[in-house]
Amino acid sequence: MSSSSKSRKPSGLFRNMSAKIASVPMVLTALVVFVGGTAWTVLYSFTSSKLLPKLNFVGLDQYERLWSTRRWIISIENLAVYGFFSMIFTLVIGFTLAAMLDRKIRGESIFRTIFLYPFALSFVVTGLAWQWILNPDLGIQNVVRQMGWESFTFNPLNDPDIVIYGILIAGLWQGTGLIMVIMLAGLRGIDEDIWKAARVDGIGTVKTYIRVIIPMMRPVFVTALVLIASGIIKIYDLVVAQTNGGPGIASEVPAKYVINYMFRAQNLAQGFAASTMMLLSVVIILIPWAYLEFGGKKRG
Amino acid sequence: MVDAVTPRGPKPRRRFSRANVMLYGTLIVVALYYALPLYVMIVTSLKGMPEIRLGNIFSPPVEITFQPWVKAWAEACTGINCEGLSRGFWNSVQILIPSVILSIAIASVNGYALANWKFKGSEVFFTILIVGAFIPYQVMLYPLVIILRELGLYGNVWGLVLVHTVFGMPILTLLFRNYFTSVPEELFKAARVDGAGFWGIYFRIMLPMSLPIFVVAIILQVTGIWNDFLFGVIYTKPADYPMTVQLNNIVNSVQGIKEYNVNMAATLLTGLVPLIIYFASGKLFVRGIAAGAVKG
Repeated sequence: MSSSSKSRKPSGLFRNMSAKIASVPMVLTALVVFVGGTAWTVLYSFTSSKLLPKLNFVGLDQYERLWSTRRWIISIENLAVYGFFSMIFTLVIGFTLAAMLDRKIRGESIFRTIFLYPFALSFVVTGLAWQWILNPDLGIQNVVRQMGWESFTFNPLNDPDIVIYGILIAGLWQGTGLIMVIMLAGLRGIDEDIWKAARVDGIGTVKTYIRVIIPMMRPVFVTALVLIASGIIKIYDLVVAQTNGGPGIASEVPAKYVINYMFRAQNLAQGFAASTMMLLSVVIILIPWAYLEFGGKKRG
Repeated sequence: MVDAVTPRGPKPRRRFSRANVMLYGTLIVVALYYALPLYVMIVTSLKGMPEIRLGNIFSPPVEITFQPWVKAWAEACTGINCEGLSRGFWNSVQILIPSVILSIAIASVNGYALANWKFKGSEVFFTILIVGAFIPYQVMLYPLVIILRELGLYGNVWGLVLVHTVFGMPILTLLFRNYFTSVPEELFKAARVDGAGFWGIYFRIMLPMSLPIFVVAIILQVTGIWNDFLFGVIYTKPADYPMTVQLNNIVNSVQGIKEYNVNMAATLLTGLVPLIIYFASGKLFVRGIAAGAVKG
């Protein structure tokens, strides 16, 4: 039946036509939104656009202003502190929980369900829940004081010096379950014989994890790192819900700075410059990773 | 992935060894810590305000009242508008349904084309799509405002549907591409020999075979879109704000006395949809997030 259509070969453009038409949304998303949108934002970050985007170039002025704005510096510091601790704690807690669940325990699925449920909740819900728990007048601080420790102070959300740790507590609660699940899948992929060999050689459990298992799980750790890192840079809704950047501007983050300048302060180019800096930080993280992941394979 | 969650090997014999007591002890303490916020939210939402002011956030309610839930759903105020969260709920439903259908329809066809009908450049577009998933949304927010304005969709629910479709595409396309690649090629070739074309094979062979992956995609999208805050606040008008945005506006509103019980009831109401999906879907939820995380 189809032999007649095969006898004359259609020209290259029309071959596989349905597949090409079906891929139009993907091509448009990739080229127009991802490539085009990114290029557009980077280009307009060199202009003095205020309320509307205009192509009046001012060189690096927006970036100079950005780096001399206290709010941006605080945002970057917060992101650095949040990122550093979030990275370490998420990996350590995620791996430890996964390793504990992998010890053939009873009720594994109950524990897993409890550790992972926060991940199903939105950052807004997470932020509001922890805002309430950390409430100085009625939350944890109050409970400890009621128990008799009158001078107890734990009020991170109203202390500019430690507010970012208050957000970190909520962020870790929400996100560690995901990394635990990924680590658990990685642990389950490791050959049982490794454990037998370790036992024969008389290597202790903890030592086996550190010396043997973790090095074997390198790809899983890399995936986890990339996931955590991209989550950290995106942090926005959690801060908006939990502190809205306060007290003052003490818990501002870059994503919030961008949105503020683009959609509230009507200073578009400043927002573009800030978002371009966010893009740059992703590129700095991503390129070494892509090089390690894909560059190495070609040579090997 | 499916068997990855079931433990292997025999159960340990000595159940009460010191190591085991420590292991279970730690797990139980950690589990209590993770469960605590949900517990606190629930008990707070069932107390009256006088009891909250005098009591302890961890103590169970002395007198259970559902009034905060009723108020959160039907009467809570954002500014001058006092319709409660119900409006946000229905807005979210209106955003959710077309977004889930459109994004999955498009991404599944993309994945199918990438797996079975490769054409010149298809892999390049796919690579751009995956790399694009790492670009911070902030970089593309304003260009999308312009695109939506040109299409006449800015500030409109359909504009937000389009945004969810665009940003859901990388992960969903990856999910479907990897799934369709694992379908035996002979099946595809046999259908080709029988004269089936692009759409014929998609609807008659691939679609019926891949219901599990569609369920995974639906779980992924429903929770993701329901939990979205950023796109909702930027691409819709206050009348169309999704539930998360309205929740934030209710709880963090500076006017009036803070009613913590109503706030917690509202927070729980917003979290209810993803929580129900999570507890009902179990392993499929895990599979969905793992599929997103582990490269194929």
